[in-house]
Amino acid sequence: MARDTLTGSRIRERRLFLGLRQAALARQVEISASYLNLIEHNRRRIGGKLLVDLAKALGVEPSMLTEGAEVALIATLREAAADAGKPVAELDHADEFAGRFPGWAEVLAGEHRRVATLERTVQVLSDRLTHDPHLAASLHEVLSTAAAIRSTASILAETGELEPEWRDRFHRNLNEDSRRLAESSKSLVSFLDQSNTSSVRRGVPQEEVEAFFTAHDYHFSAIEQGKATPKQLVDESPELLSDAARSRALRALELYSADAAKMPLEKIGRAVSTGLDPAGLAAAFNCDLPQVLRRLAALPEDVLGRPSGLVLCDASGAILFRKPIAGFALPRFGASCPLWPLYAALARPLVPVRRQVVQHGRHAAGFECLAMAWPQTQPDFDRDPVYRAVMLILPLAETPEGALAVGSSCRVCSGRDCVARREPSILDEEF
Amino acid sequence: MGRHVVLIEDEPNIIEAIRFLLTRDGWTVDAHSDGSDAVEVIKTARPDLVILDLMLPGKSGMEIIKDLRDEEGLRNLPVLMLTARGQARDRDMAEKAGVSRFMTKPFSNTEVLAAVRDLHAQANQG
Repeated sequence: MARDTLTGSRIRERRLFLGLRQAALARQVEISASYLNLIEHNRRRIGGKLLVDLAKALGVEPSMLTEGAEVALIATLREAAADAGKPVAELDHADEFAGRFPGWAEVLAGEHRRVATLERTVQVLSDRLTHDPHLAASLHEVLSTAAAIRSTASILAETGELEPEWRDRFHRNLNEDSRRLAESSKSLVSFLDQSNTSSVRRGVPQEEVEAFFTAHDYHFSAIEQGKATPKQLVDESPELLSDAARSRALRALELYSADAAKMPLEKIGRAVSTGLDPAGLAAAFNCDLPQVLRRLAALPEDVLGRPSGLVLCDASGAILFRKPIAGFALPRFGASCPLWPLYAALARPLVPVRRQVVQHGRHAAGFECLAMAWPQTQPDFDRDPVYRAVMLILPLAETPEGALAVGSSCRVCSGRDCVARREPSILDEEF
Repeated sequence: MGRHVVLIEDEPNIIEAIRFLLTRDGWTVDAHSDGSDAVEVIKTARPDLVILDLMLPGKSGMEIIKDLRDEEGLRNLPVLMLTARGQARDRDMAEKAGVSRFMTKPFSNTEVLAAVRDLHAQANQG
């Protein structure tokens, strides 16, 4: 049925929506109720003054009554067909489709609008570096200052005989520029931090779990003392915003609680005060080495006698839990360095792996990594075991010779000729 | 007659470092920090070479290079562009606009010096 023949139906629909009686509307526009009834059932075509009067009484534009809201809908359907890039044989019947299946037509149009919005978002994000004036200006400032510093420092280092006047001037420039670089870097970080608003961070469960553990310094006295259950702590936490984060935190705390029950704080504190022997602790407390490694990372620094970091991963290598430690960068997103002993342990389940490592980068410090993979489920016939792995990271006083060089993740690793490299680094070779 | 370079750059300490480097290499360096009248400065100075920053106050390096290439006598003037934006797209745009050489910040002094000498030698051969 053509659109303009449905004018009466739209009048009726609008009247009912407003809760007007047919007789009342008829009176308002000075026609009989029976005539309005004929109009509403599309038995009389109307136009001119009567149409204008009816539209006014119903509080809509006359075109809404003659053409209906589906004009916009049909236009969106045509747009969707055009954007699909494929010829749509039934394009001429878009209005019929909208008329016969208004619900499906709305779904299709809604999805088309959603795709357009998402495409715009992607475009905005990908063009941000190019078009965000603040970001572009901040980066330009940082790089220009770095260029000035590099050029000046190179003159000072490489020019044999430099007149005192020039030398002093370059020293002064270097001082000025290094201060500017510090300030512009801070401004850039602050800008990026502001962009990373809490609403954006919501829904990144690992970030929320990390904020929760950081707020407790990775140690939960209430659990150690039996004063709170993992669920109570999770329910009361302001850091855990999403269900996914609460679920992950609960699993991590349940593991923590089980480890604490096996190795109470006071007893393990006494045991580690004489030295760190994970295998000895496993025997003394009648538990597995992975449990000991997790428990050691949960001890306060003054009990363990040193700082500690921890990483837990699943069989795919995805990081499930991380406790950062200064000097050993753990990637916030994406895959980690395949050379980490964590993954060596994953490749050889139930075999303890101990490696001294040093991470590429400006602050290369030495660490001892103790790792082991254990089956997540009970072994069974006809079922492949699923493993998880844990790695305890302990700082070394000195970087040992021959330590295994590892990275954080390929994207930010400056290591060269690495057999395990997945993708090029974004770090320029000069960094 | 000595070699003459015009340096269009808004970062004073980069100007100072490049001026020092090129002066020692026998160049006369005229520096200018504003993009808006850079083309006029170059037209008046008639240098052997121009070092041009991409992001400048007043007028961008890209606009300046386009204007230079529209000038009859400046079409073949060697121009070394310095920029903090090193994306392939920027490099491509700069080369299409007529930049002779493109160098990203932070650059090394050796690279700048080598590029300047090289561009000058090429221009003189041509």
